[in-house]
Amino acid sequence: MLEFPRWKVWLVSLVVALGVLFSIPSLIAGTQAAQYWPNWLPQYKINLGLDLAGGSHLLYEADATDAQKQRVQAMEDSVATELRHDPRIDIGDISTAGGKLSFLVRDPTKVDAAVERMRNLTKPVALTGNRDWDVSVMDSTRVVLTPTASGTAQALKDAMSVARDVVRKRIDPSGTKEITVITEGGNRILVEVPGVEDPEALKKLIGQTARLEFKLVDTSANPQDVQQGHAPPGSQVLPLADGSGFMAVKRRVIVSGDQLTDARQSYDQDGRPNIDITFDTNGARRFGRVTQENVNKPFAIILDDKILSAPNINEPILGGRAQIMGSFTVQSANDLAVSLRSGKLPVKLNVIEERTVSAELGQDSIRKGAIASIVSVLGVIIFMLVTYGRFGVYANIALVVNAFLILGIMAIFNATLTLPGIAGFILTIGAAVDANVLINERIREEIRRGRRIIDAVETGYREAMRAIFDANVTHVISASIMAYFGSGPVRGFAVVLLIGVVTSVFTAVYFTRMLVALWLRRTRPRAIHI
Amino acid sequence: MKLLKLVPDHTNLDFMRWRNLALILSLIATVVSISYTVYRGLNLGIDFVGGEVVRAEFAQPVHVEDLRGRIDGLCGCEASIQALGKDSRTYQIRLPKPKGPETASNGMIVKLRTAIPQQYAGARVDAGESVSGKVSEELAQDSAKAIIFAMVGIAVYIWFRFEWQFGVGALLTLAHDIAMTLGFFAFTRLPVDLNVVAAFLTIVGYSLNDTVVIYDRIRENLRKYRKMAILPLLNLSLNETLARTVVTSFTVLIALGVLMLIGPEVIFGLAIAIFLGVVIGTYSSIYISSPVLVWLGVQPDSFLRGDEKDAPEAQPA
Repeated sequence: MLEFPRWKVWLVSLVVALGVLFSIPSLIAGTQAAQYWPNWLPQYKINLGLDLAGGSHLLYEADATDAQKQRVQAMEDSVATELRHDPRIDIGDISTAGGKLSFLVRDPTKVDAAVERMRNLTKPVALTGNRDWDVSVMDSTRVVLTPTASGTAQALKDAMSVARDVVRKRIDPSGTKEITVITEGGNRILVEVPGVEDPEALKKLIGQTARLEFKLVDTSANPQDVQQGHAPPGSQVLPLADGSGFMAVKRRVIVSGDQLTDARQSYDQDGRPNIDITFDTNGARRFGRVTQENVNKPFAIILDDKILSAPNINEPILGGRAQIMGSFTVQSANDLAVSLRSGKLPVKLNVIEERTVSAELGQDSIRKGAIASIVSVLGVIIFMLVTYGRFGVYANIALVVNAFLILGIMAIFNATLTLPGIAGFILTIGAAVDANVLINERIREEIRRGRRIIDAVETGYREAMRAIFDANVTHVISASIMAYFGSGPVRGFAVVLLIGVVTSVFTAVYFTRMLVALWLRRTRPRAIHI
Repeated sequence: MKLLKLVPDHTNLDFMRWRNLALILSLIATVVSISYTVYRGLNLGIDFVGGEVVRAEFAQPVHVEDLRGRIDGLCGCEASIQALGKDSRTYQIRLPKPKGPETASNGMIVKLRTAIPQQYAGARVDAGESVSGKVSEELAQDSAKAIIFAMVGIAVYIWFRFEWQFGVGALLTLAHDIAMTLGFFAFTRLPVDLNVVAAFLTIVGYSLNDTVVIYDRIRENLRKYRKMAILPLLNLSLNETLARTVVTSFTVLIALGVLMLIGPEVIFGLAIAIFLGVVIGTYSSIYISSPVLVWLGVQPDSFLRGDEKDAPEAQPA
C-alpha cells in the first residue's frame, strides 16, 4: 500500500494538471478572463449544444414521390434528346403514368433500334450488377422504361449528397459559419444552425427547390381550355406564381438553372428588385438561338413549376445574360439568387422535425445549470467531509479533480455539452464519490475487524475494487445504449456519463489511493479516524 | 471531530424476516402501477406523439385563462398550457399534432412567434419545437428499444459476472423499478419527453449499482462462510453493505435534489425521474434482488467448484 513509486506520482499529477489545463478555456469562454489566456496554452473548447447556445435544429426528409417524379422527368428529357439525334426516330404519346416512362414508336420497323438506344441510355448501378432502368416493349410498338429498385436507391443516394451540398451552400455561401449539415439514414438531412431564433427565413431558403426553367409560351392554346387545365400536345399548363391563373407553355426547356454561371439580386429600370443571371456558353448559345427564332413571342420564366413572369422577346438575347422579373422583395430576390447560385435541389425536402431555442433561454439554462452544479458539488463535499473526515477530504479533492477532468476530456474531443449533459455532470458528481464510499466503508469494516491500519486500507482498496468495476460496467452499458439510440441532447447526456465513469474510477481509486499512501507514509498514524 | 454515521456500526437488521411481506407489497405496487399506467396512459410529450410546442416568456405575470383564450382563438384549436416556474411569467404552450404524418409543422409556431409579442408587450417566444408524426413514432420505438436493450444487456452482464440466478434477480429488480417510475409519471401527469427516457436508461444503470455491490458481497460471503444458511448470509451481506448503500444513495440524492430544486426547468422531469429511481432502486436492491436468490434456490454451496467444498471454512467476524 505504501509503495507508490515516484514515477506514478508524477504520472497521476500530470494527468490531473492536464485535465485542469484543458478545461479552463471552456470555463472562461465568454468572460473577461478569456483575453488573458495565453495563446500558447491549449485552446480546445467544449461545444455548446443548440439547447444551450441557442439556434435551430431542422430535420429534413426527401420526398420520395417527388424524387421518383423528377427522375422520370429527367429521363423523358434524355429520351427526347437521344431519339432526336440521327438517325432520328419519331415517337409520340409519351406517358409518365405510374412512375414509368413509355412512348410509341411511330415506325414499327424502328422499335428494335429504339430499344437498343434506350438500353444504351441506362447505366449500371455500382456493385449490384443491375441497370438503373428496365427497358421492355409492350403491344409491339410501345417502349416502356421502368425504374429498377437499385436504380431508384442509387438515384436517391446521389440526390441526397447533392442536396446536402446545395443546402450547405444556401445557408452558408461563404463557408465560414459553424453549421452542421449531414445526411442521416439515407433519406434525411439534419441541419443545425446556431444563433438562429426564427427558423422561418432559414426554412424558406433551404426548402426552395429552385428549379429554374425557361420555356416558350404556347400562344396557340385556347385560353378557356388552359384555365381548365387542358393543353395542346407538346405543351403543359402551369400556374402563375401570383395565383392569378394558368398559362400553357411548351414542354421543351430552352435553358434551365443548371446552365447558369451566376445569379445576383439587382434592380430593373423602375427600381423593382429582380435577379440578373448569366448563362454558361451552352446555355447562352441555346437561349440566343431560340430567342432569335421567336422574336415577338413571349417566353415563360418558371420556378419550381410556377410561372414567375412571361415577358415578350423584343429582340434576340445573345449575350448570355437575362433578368428574372417577378413580384420580388429585395429579400426574396436575394434568397432566390442564393438558391440559384447554389443549384437546384435534386429532390424536394420536407421538414419533419424542428427545434429552436433562443440564445436567452440557452444562457438562462447555462446559468441555472452552473449554479446547480456548484451547489451540488458543495453539498456533496460537506456531506463527505462530515462522514469520513480526512478520507472525505481526499474523496473531495478527487471529486473536484474529476469535474475538471470531465470538462478537459470533453474539450479535447470537442464534445458537445447539452442541457441534459449538465444533468449528467451533476449526476456524475453525486455518483462519482460512490467508489470512495465503497472503499471507505470497507476500510471502516476492516478496522472494526481489528486489522492494522495499513492492512485495513490496503484490503479496503483491493476488495472494493471488484464492486466498483462491476457497478461501473452497468453504467457503461446503459450509457452506451443511450448514446447509440439517443438524439442530440440525450446523446450529450450519455457522453458526459460515459466520460464521468472513466474519470471517476481514475480519480476515486488511483488518485485518492496516491493521496492516502503519501499521507500514511509520511505520518505512519497509530489510529485513523474514519 | 465526530464523524457522521448514517448507519451505526454493528447494525444488524433482520431484513429477510420481512421478505415475504415486502414481496407482496412490491408485487401489489407493481401491478397497481402497471395497470394504472395502462389505464390512465402517460402524458406523452410531442417527442412521442408529434405536435408543436412553444415556450413564451412574458414581461408581466399573465393569467393562464387569459392566455388560453387568446391562443385558442388564434389557432382555432385547444392548446394545452402549462406554467413553468412559479411567477406566472413563463408558459409552455402545446398545440395539437399536425394532420399529415409527413410534415412537422402546421405553421402555428410562426403565428405565435409574431402574435404573442403583439398581444403582450415585452413578451418573447423563447423556444419552438415541432415534431411530425413520423419522427415521433420512430422516437417512441427507439426509446422503447433502448430501455429494453439496456435492461437485457445489463442482466446478461450480471449473469456472466455472477450466476444466472443473479441475472434473473437483476432483471426483476429493473422491471420493478421501471414499473414504479412509470406509475409515478402516469399518476403525476408529468410530461414524458426524450429527457425522461434518458432518465429511465440512467435508472437502469444506477438502480443496479446497489444491487451489484450487494451481489458482490453475497458472492464473497458465500465463498467465505460455507456452512451458514442462506437467509442469515443474505442478512449479513445486506448489513455489511448497508452503510455504503445509504451513504451513496444520499450523495446522489443531494446532487439530484439540488438539480430538481434550482436547476433549469427543462430538465426537471429528468431530475425527478432519476431521483425517484434512486430511492426505489435502493429499496429494491434490498428487498427484490436478494430474496429472489432464495426463491431461485441459491444455496451456500451452489457456486463452489468440487475442490472448494472440502476446504476449511472462515468464521464470521
